[in-house]
Amino acid sequence: MPLSHRNYGAARVLAPKGRLDHETCEAFQADLRPHAEACAREGTALVLDMSGLEYVSSAGLRCLMIAAREAKTRAGRIVVAAMQPVVAEIFQISRFNLVLEVFPTLRDALASVSPQAVAAFERG
Amino acid sequence: MRVRFWGTRGSIPVGLTVADVRDKLARALLSASGRKFDSYGEALGYVQQVLPGHLGHTYGGHSSCVELDLGSDEYFVCDMGSGARPFGAHVLARQGDRPATVHIFMSHMHWDHIMGFPFFGPAYGPKNKLFIYGCHDQLEHAFRRQQEPPSFPVPFSVLGADIQFIKLEAGRQQNVQGLRVTPHIQRHSGDSYGFRFEFQGKSVVYTTDSEHKLEVRSESELFAAFFRNADLVIFDAMYSLADAISVKADWGHSSNVVGVELCQMARAKHLVLFHHEPANSDTAIDGLLRDARRLEELTRDNFQPPHKLEISAAHDGLEIEL
Repeated sequence: MPLSHRNYGAARVLAPKGRLDHETCEAFQADLRPHAEACAREGTALVLDMSGLEYVSSAGLRCLMIAAREAKTRAGRIVVAAMQPVVAEIFQISRFNLVLEVFPTLRDALASVSPQAVAAFERG
Repeated sequence: MRVRFWGTRGSIPVGLTVADVRDKLARALLSASGRKFDSYGEALGYVQQVLPGHLGHTYGGHSSCVELDLGSDEYFVCDMGSGARPFGAHVLARQGDRPATVHIFMSHMHWDHIMGFPFFGPAYGPKNKLFIYGCHDQLEHAFRRQQEPPSFPVPFSVLGADIQFIKLEAGRQQNVQGLRVTPHIQRHSGDSYGFRFEFQGKSVVYTTDSEHKLEVRSESELFAAFFRNADLVIFDAMYSLADAISVKADWGHSSNVVGVELCQMARAKHLVLFHHEPANSDTAIDGLLRDARRLEELTRDNFQPPHKLEISAAHDGLEIEL
């Protein structure tokens, strides 16, 4: 799952696509790690734009939890945003909406990071 | 084969409190407001068919004890939690003066799984025979020890029944009076064992006190093979997924979500959520059941061909005919 990134002020936005499950979560973790490390170095937040993610399994949710936990140990922050309805429902069913910071839109997630991040996002 | 649940709660038995009963009654009266019932039967029908689930029943409080009724003269049961007391009363009532033979399959010897044995009536009858099967070396020791002073007034040695302990081996199928049983090792403190039972073309998997590490794919595949095409999977669904893999990781239990995923992988037919968290109210267990059913609905088309899984939550007194 190659992850391209965009920077908006103090936020780095990644957009995983497809399915996050047993098949893909190891590669996702490996792809995510350098971005999480870069964010920790730069003091920026990592925002996962989930709009392209179609499905997440328990194994995928665990990957997200581990990533968020690792970020926390480095005083970093990972949040998720803009989930498709099915993925949002799986988050609620598994109570992961209580484990990870979840925002309805990418804009809302960036607003939680800083006004500059939203301003950069709105400039396009 | 009929599966009868005598105890479904995890860790420690629980009971409804006065406040719980009053709350259910008050809500039921509100729900029935304006209706008139001319007989007890009419009122009971309303409770059973019209009232929302959590008002008309409770998931109950006994710890693990599940009977497999094969329609034979002998009895087959998993675990001796506190549900063993009413199960024992059922055996004695059904047998009358006739001696009973009971085959008991033990997942492990944690207290909530053996605590009903000192109150298991058939253990006291001199003509009864009990066969206690399990994979742990200390199986007999655990049963004897809990009846030693100062824990219990009746020592194991004076029990009247002929009691034999029989060691099973994980992965090896054994035939017990026509019931084929295969144990499977599970992740739990001190190990636990699930059992796959097969009888006359029907299969039941009893898998409680079992934690699933999601990062170990091969382990999930082994469990899916153990559950493969089972008619019924009785599954430790004590927690939500978030609890099971975060604050309660390594506590030795699993979740409704993993139960659905493993049963889908295995193309099992019916998942029963079991070993309910003692802190969970009836409403909370209803929520876990509703969530599991919704997850199944959302994901059933992920499988080729699509697979529909029936899902229930066990309660004391539940019977499922296979």
